[in-house]
Amino acid sequence: MDLLKGLKPYHLDVLKEIGNIGAAHAATALSQLLNKKIDMNVPSVRLVSFHDLPEQLGEADAKVAAIFLRVEGDAPGSMFFIAQIEGSERLVKHVTKRAEFQLDTPPYDEMGISAFLEVGNILAGSYLSSLADFTKLSFYPSVPEVSVDMAGAILSYGLLPLSQVGDYAIVIDTMIRERLRTNKLKRPISSFT
Amino acid sequence: MNATVIKVGMADFKIATTLNTIRTSGLGSCVGIVIYDDRKLIAGMAHIMLPTSGLNKQEKINVAKYADTAIPALIQRLLQNGASRFTLKAKIAGGAQMFSFSTGNDLMRIGPRNVDAVKEKLEEMRIPLVAEDVGGKSGRTIEFDPNSQLLQIRTVNKGTIHI
Repeated sequence: MDLLKGLKPYHLDVLKEIGNIGAAHAATALSQLLNKKIDMNVPSVRLVSFHDLPEQLGEADAKVAAIFLRVEGDAPGSMFFIAQIEGSERLVKHVTKRAEFQLDTPPYDEMGISAFLEVGNILAGSYLSSLADFTKLSFYPSVPEVSVDMAGAILSYGLLPLSQVGDYAIVIDTMIRERLRTNKLKRPISSFT
Repeated sequence: MNATVIKVGMADFKIATTLNTIRTSGLGSCVGIVIYDDRKLIAGMAHIMLPTSGLNKQEKINVAKYADTAIPALIQRLLQNGASRFTLKAKIAGGAQMFSFSTGNDLMRIGPRNVDAVKEKLEEMRIPLVAEDVGGKSGRTIEFDPNSQLLQIRTVNKGTIHI
C-alpha cells in the first residue's frame, strides 16, 4: 500500500474527528436550508482497496445522484456528495416545491438539477471549510459537476489521480439524515491522501 | 445453465469457463476488456483504470490497473488455462466521460485515452477486436457469457444491449 503504509490507527482517529467536524457543519447548513432537524451519525474511517471500494459503498451499479468536486491546494483530492435517488428527489422537491421532479428517466428538470447541485455545493463547501479551519490547510474546490449514474462509475472517476500512487483509498464515510426518518438521505464521501 | 457469476473488481482481472459468466460493475472512464477463445469457450475479463503503466508512481505495480500491462497478463493467464493463442478475440466496453470538467487536467479526460490505449495494445498483440461499446457519458455494467460469447452491457438509462 506504498503511500499509506505508515498509516496508524491514531491517524484514522484524527481523520474520523475531521470527518465529524466537517459533517457537523454540513448538517447545520442543510438544517438551515431545509428548516428541518438533521441528524448526523459518527463517521467511520476505513482504508479500502480499489477492488472492494464500489461494493463497500453499496452495489457498484446502483443508480445514485452525485455531486463531484476536485479539490486543489495543500491537500488535493476528490470530494463526492452521493445520494440515493429517492432521497435526492425528496430533497429537490422540498427545496424547489416542484412536486413533479423525478430522477427516474432523463431529461431531468433543469431547475431541479440546478437546485440539487447547489445543495451539494453548500454541503461540500461547509464540510471543506471546516476541514480547512481545523487543519490550517488551503483548499480550492472546483466548480461542482452533477451526474446521475452508477455509483462505481462515478467513484472510479474521482479515484483516478489517487490510483496512480496506490491501490487504496481512505474513505471518510458520513451519514446525515433527516430526523425521524430511517432511510438514509445522503452521505458525502471524501477521499484524501 | 450458468452456475455462478465471477465478479471482477476495479483494477482486477479474472478467468471464466463455460460454467460461469464473468461480470464487472460500474465502469465509468475505466475500460472492461474481454478476451476469449471461441473454440475452447474460455474467457478472461480485465477492468483497467489507466492507459499506461508509465503513470505508475508505486514501487510495486498492479498489472491489472493499466491497459498496457493488463492485456498481456490476461492473455498469459488464458494460455495457462488452455486457450490457444491464435483463436483469441476481444470485446471491449467503457471509457465514458462521466463529468465534463473544462479544466486542462489530462486525467479528467481519461476515458478516451483508456480506449485508445486498449485498442493499441490489442492490435500490437494481434488480438482481433470484434465488438465495442465505448465513449459516451454513461456508466456501464458488463457481463460476458463464454458459451454464447455475447457481452451484455447495461446502463442506467439506455437499458441493456448485447454485442
